[in-house]
Amino acid sequence: MDAVSQTIPGKEIEEPAASKPWLVSLFDLIRQQPLGAAGAFIVIIMVFLAVFANLVAPFDPIVNDYGSMHIPPDGTHWLGTDQFGRDVLSRLIYGARTALVVGFVSAFIGATAGLVLGVSSAYFGGLFDLIFQRVMDVFMAFPLIILALAVVSIFGTGVENLIIAITIPFIPRCARVVRSSALSIREIPYVDAARALGFNHRRIILRHMVPNVMAPYLIMITAFVGQAILLEASLTFLGLGVQEPTPAWGLMLQGGAEEYAESAPWMAIFPGLAISLAVFGFNLFGDALRDVLDPKLRSQ
Amino acid sequence: MSAEMVKQETRQRMAQTDTTKPLVEIKNLKKYFPVTEGIVIQKKVADVKAIDDISFKILKGETLGLVGESGCGKTTTGRCILQLERPTSGQIIYDGTDMDTVDRRELNKLRQRIQVIFQDPYSSLNPRMKIGQIISEPMRVHGIEPDPATRNKRVNELLSVCGLSPKMADRYPHEMSGGQRQRIGIARALSLNPEFIVCDEAVSALDVSIQAQVINLLEDLRDEFDLTYLFIAHDLSVVRHLCHRVAVMYLGKLVELAECDELFDNPLNPYTQALLGSVPIPDPEIERQREHRVIQGEVPSPMNPPSGCVFHPRCPKAVDNCKEEIPGLREIKPGHWVACTEV
Repeated sequence: MDAVSQTIPGKEIEEPAASKPWLVSLFDLIRQQPLGAAGAFIVIIMVFLAVFANLVAPFDPIVNDYGSMHIPPDGTHWLGTDQFGRDVLSRLIYGARTALVVGFVSAFIGATAGLVLGVSSAYFGGLFDLIFQRVMDVFMAFPLIILALAVVSIFGTGVENLIIAITIPFIPRCARVVRSSALSIREIPYVDAARALGFNHRRIILRHMVPNVMAPYLIMITAFVGQAILLEASLTFLGLGVQEPTPAWGLMLQGGAEEYAESAPWMAIFPGLAISLAVFGFNLFGDALRDVLDPKLRSQ
Repeated sequence: MSAEMVKQETRQRMAQTDTTKPLVEIKNLKKYFPVTEGIVIQKKVADVKAIDDISFKILKGETLGLVGESGCGKTTTGRCILQLERPTSGQIIYDGTDMDTVDRRELNKLRQRIQVIFQDPYSSLNPRMKIGQIISEPMRVHGIEPDPATRNKRVNELLSVCGLSPKMADRYPHEMSGGQRQRIGIARALSLNPEFIVCDEAVSALDVSIQAQVINLLEDLRDEFDLTYLFIAHDLSVVRHLCHRVAVMYLGKLVELAECDELFDNPLNPYTQALLGSVPIPDPEIERQREHRVIQGEVPSPMNPPSGCVFHPRCPKAVDNCKEEIPGLREIKPGHWVACTEV
């Protein structure tokens, strides 16, 4: 072994300079991505409200109070009450819980399934890839809401089925994007090296290819959360999603918009605003994340 | 383990170290890449003949150089031996086993004995894994050194064998230089105790001073671990320094195969002569006076190779017969094989 333990000049690399304090780098990030920071702020507020809903909400969101129906926004009920006397603000806060659970779970499952399927499709290639992509094309041909409607009509309503209905249309969308990244990774020699080392397909896909397509995957997830919240509200509005008395934004919009649009407009305006703000926040956050993660769009 | 088994194993090992026995034997290897037209119904319109009927042997313990221009099929040959490409036809016999006939389990065992070092040290390491993980993963997967502590010890050993500090096990590939990464590629290849390594342009991407270090490392490892190399390269001076025998490829065919010194001192095939003539001599006096014979024309498309001898349109010594007769490899002198009818 002595024969080969020759000294190489410059063998020792100096340790990289200590990273900046996290607060400074946070401010840097806010300056570079002000819109993204605003989006992140909305997302954080929403997550906070959803997690601590039982502490933050001033009233019970479910119990009817027939003594205080249709109260306009005032000191006690900041955003007014609905036709059953329930506090709109409290229902909005609890509704964030429903929206986020449905949004995150379906975005995560949909994007992850798409990630694994997309990478596998690119890795195996050939006939498998061809057939798989045509199947994905069929799914892509349906508009999101129509496909979700079809799934709900098969599985029935309820939160779990709503999650399934929203997850399924996400899979082909993520698989398509991830596949195109994975196709270029497949040609990189470290994948050949892994094959030459005798690793099995599962290990090559999960350990060597998937970690290298994380950027598009994370971008897809944040984009999906916003879309999923919108989709959840839409399906619920159509009566196919969350059922009464569970607080959900789509449900509040439906209850408020039909009969009370003129007499009690606060019942529909505030859930509508909440939906818009949530989708807006996630989209801004997702766009900023794409700019930071995708080196092709990075401006440094 | 009984004494008889130990004896048998020793005998096997003795047989393996016999230097006259070929470790790798390639027989009539062909690799055609089909060119297709149409999206749904694919119609084959032509073949790219990357490798067109080549045969050679690599002896145990020797280093065989494989040289030729870009696109002549030398890398594809290496990939076929590594089973990264399926040959169109022909056999690759590794230590008496035809690699096409073995099942997956056996192929996996064979793969542990055959390893590869790639050209580009930047893209041959997974950027998301630490150096230590990159080197230990093959051992973990194949159950060599199942104990994490001894495995880490071996990672450190491999790193120092390859001239790196064991401290580097905690770094990521992007924190290292090209030469260091190539050493990691070598350490990874050695992790499975292989006996045969395909060096696919292993030093071409490095600058000259680093090249020399890596070549010295490859030489030292060859002596220490009794390795056999297939050294694919286009840099002839590197090949001359490292190889025992050299094979020259042109447009998917083998045109000359000889002992290293014999090939460089006495090239017989006109293509080899032209290839060697294109190497500059590092002495301006001689270089200025030397007659330069540049090969005329471009490399023809491997989709539609010339008839007869594939080199005839560019060959300075071509005669009419070259357009028709396909030259086979002939042994002109002991151990010196040439594919040219005019020699």
